[in-house]
Amino acid sequence: MTPRPAALPWGPMARMTGRRLLAAVPVLAVVTFGVFALAAASPFDPARAYAGTAGLGARQDVLDQLSDNLGADRPFAARWWDWLLSALTGDLGRSPTLRQPVADVIGERLGWSVLLCGVAFAVAVTAGTALGVLTARRPGRPLDRAVTALAYTLEAAPPFWLGLLAVWFFAVHLGVLPAGGLTDTGSDTVTAGQVASHLVLPAAVLAFTQLPWFVLYVRQGVGDALREDPVRGARARGLSERTVLLGHALRSGLLPVLTLVGSRVPELITGALLVETVFSWPGIASATVEAATKADFPLLAALTVLATAAVLAGNLLSDLLYGLADPRVGFDG
Amino acid sequence: MLVVGLAEEPETLSPLLGYGKDGNSKIFDGLLRHDAAMRLQPALATALPRVTDDGRTYTYSLRKGVTFSDGKPFTAKDVVFTYRTILDEKTNNAAKGELDAIDQVTAQGDDTVVFSLKYPYAPFAERTVLPIVPEHAAAGQDVNTGPFNTTPIGTGPYVLTGWSKGEKLTFKANPHYWGGEPKIKKLTMAVVKDDDVRATRLRTGDLDGAILPPELAKGFKGDKSRTTITARTTDFRGVTLPTGNKVTGDLAVRRALDLAVDRQAMVDTLLEGAGRAGYGPVPTDSPWFAKGTERPHDLEKAKKLLDDAGWKAGDDGVREKDGTRAAFTLWYPAGDKLREEHALAFAADAKKAGVTVTVQSGTWEVIEPRMKDDAVLAGGGNPADPDFDLYNLLHSSLALDGFNNMAAYRNPDVDKALEEGRRGGDQAARKAAYDTVQRGLADNPGYVFLTHVDHVYVVKDAWKDLTTQVEPHDHGLGAGPWWNAEDWQPKQ
Repeated sequence: MTPRPAALPWGPMARMTGRRLLAAVPVLAVVTFGVFALAAASPFDPARAYAGTAGLGARQDVLDQLSDNLGADRPFAARWWDWLLSALTGDLGRSPTLRQPVADVIGERLGWSVLLCGVAFAVAVTAGTALGVLTARRPGRPLDRAVTALAYTLEAAPPFWLGLLAVWFFAVHLGVLPAGGLTDTGSDTVTAGQVASHLVLPAAVLAFTQLPWFVLYVRQGVGDALREDPVRGARARGLSERTVLLGHALRSGLLPVLTLVGSRVPELITGALLVETVFSWPGIASATVEAATKADFPLLAALTVLATAAVLAGNLLSDLLYGLADPRVGFDG
Repeated sequence: MLVVGLAEEPETLSPLLGYGKDGNSKIFDGLLRHDAAMRLQPALATALPRVTDDGRTYTYSLRKGVTFSDGKPFTAKDVVFTYRTILDEKTNNAAKGELDAIDQVTAQGDDTVVFSLKYPYAPFAERTVLPIVPEHAAAGQDVNTGPFNTTPIGTGPYVLTGWSKGEKLTFKANPHYWGGEPKIKKLTMAVVKDDDVRATRLRTGDLDGAILPPELAKGFKGDKSRTTITARTTDFRGVTLPTGNKVTGDLAVRRALDLAVDRQAMVDTLLEGAGRAGYGPVPTDSPWFAKGTERPHDLEKAKKLLDDAGWKAGDDGVREKDGTRAAFTLWYPAGDKLREEHALAFAADAKKAGVTVTVQSGTWEVIEPRMKDDAVLAGGGNPADPDFDLYNLLHSSLALDGFNNMAAYRNPDVDKALEEGRRGGDQAARKAAYDTVQRGLADNPGYVFLTHVDHVYVVKDAWKDLTTQVEPHDHGLGAGPWWNAEDWQPKQ
């Protein structure tokens, strides 16, 4: 009796995606403008930040020349407009703080961040759903109580702290996993096997920080669904527990989780910033921190566009999934 | 093979933007270099420079037959290109002020370079440890953001093989190095910003050596397979006493604060013994230190000085004079724990003498406009020559110019001695000049210097006779026992 999935409604889905893409354009423009305004209003002085510790011994004329070279004195609106025009032609500009073209900064690092976030997110969703269903089946049992208590504790645990704990336990105490980096510290070549073993700890820590949300949402959703009429009806009709759970309860119980997928993306990005630092993961995190604290306009703008795009994409994904899971919702948003 | 853990990642590997300016850059060589005792030795030059024209012309003869790691020869043109590019106003090199004395750099043939200076400048040779860049590889691109920043080519003992930003830099020995191929064939500098993680990765054996804060280094004391190496430094911490402030500009207050601080207690508690009491930018064990300028910790004398000068204790224990309360604000850069602890210790000591110091934190952008009236917990220190720190900190012409002379210190005798010291003369004459400077500072302490901070390294015990240089405040890739990794010899 499991409902057979009909052919996917490609047309409506494509139209929704198109509408969202159109809407994203003004959103991105406003967000980048806001970033330029914020960076200009921040107390950070780009020339001084660029100079770093050398600036603390620098004379005023050197600092003034730097400021002039960096164009730090121009109004932010003008800088934003220039940036926008060149970004539209595909030129993201050059990052003064990292002494590199922005495209290179992103190209070198983004892939590793996406890998880390993607794996962590997949693990969190899968494990979270499985644990959520298990606990919802038998609420109040020891398994449920243990998982729920752990979930609440993890929700409160800072990722940084979890990372240190994981390094101590798995790398120092047990000595089974590497403590950081993308490959063995002494190795020059990047091989899939090495990356995989180095990915385990950071991805697990990042997944753990996201896991409680999924466990608790799925547990709640499935638990509620199990008490609803269709499920009680299905049980009364003598359907197997498996069919009831996976075919009925999970389907409606997952709806809130789909929304969660979209809204967890920003959290995932912030979590990744901390995890990357602890594990010396060569992702985009350290570049983001530098860009923000050094008022590096071109880099900051590009990273903001990326983050905003990720959040918008997350929302789009969850709305598409929602529409598929519950046809009443449709693809009109 | 050697793997070391660094706390800071270089922003660029291009000397044109300041990388390796104090030497030990691994990838590059300067005309000169410093040995373990910080004495100048020839590197790409064949000898120390010939100084003529009353100290205004420095002539270097260059080593012949040296090639860059891409096989192209090194010539005088590369030296001229390096210095001219750094001095170009379009080049964003914040340290270019260090080369301020240069008027012109010219090549004479392929193997002679002549520097003409604007004024006689005795410590100039110390600046020529600056790494030399190949013109053919670095010219013709944007110096500020071009590819040379991440894919450098030099004449040095190591060649960069990879830079995974935020993770590590890897090097291999340069088989054609003019100084002989290094014994350590592979060198990795892992970037591990967090102190605890660095200590942990050292413990797992992932790192062979790392810089650690003293309290974490203690954890390795009983470890037979690793040794702890403590580097002496000129890395000072001190409090500026702004001349423009009625309290800190008062000579009696300055002298009293200078006596009221318990420097040894700061070394023992804040630095866990890894450091020394500091009485000026020049550390007490430097040959340039003026013997006899050490100040005792003498709270009673400090109180008496204040009493005699008319700073009388009010009802709340805070002194006053002519309606001015003996109180001021002391800033430290936010997030710098060591400076915060120094600031709080200084405030506690000042309070015992009846002076209220309010400690506040902020970014440099917040602090800078307030430096005229408020004190700052300053840090710095370059070991190569006393001129570098003393002139910038104390000469009145640099008062509040950028971050130089933050206290707006003004002392005509000191100014005169500073100028004599940089103009030159023999070692004895320069020593006498800097003795005068240090005695002037002791007499009118416009800064209360507190400590010199040692840098502590833990290294696997597998190499013979490791040394450290006297290290500067900014200690990156070139500091630590691996300053001369190219010369290391395995123990067996």
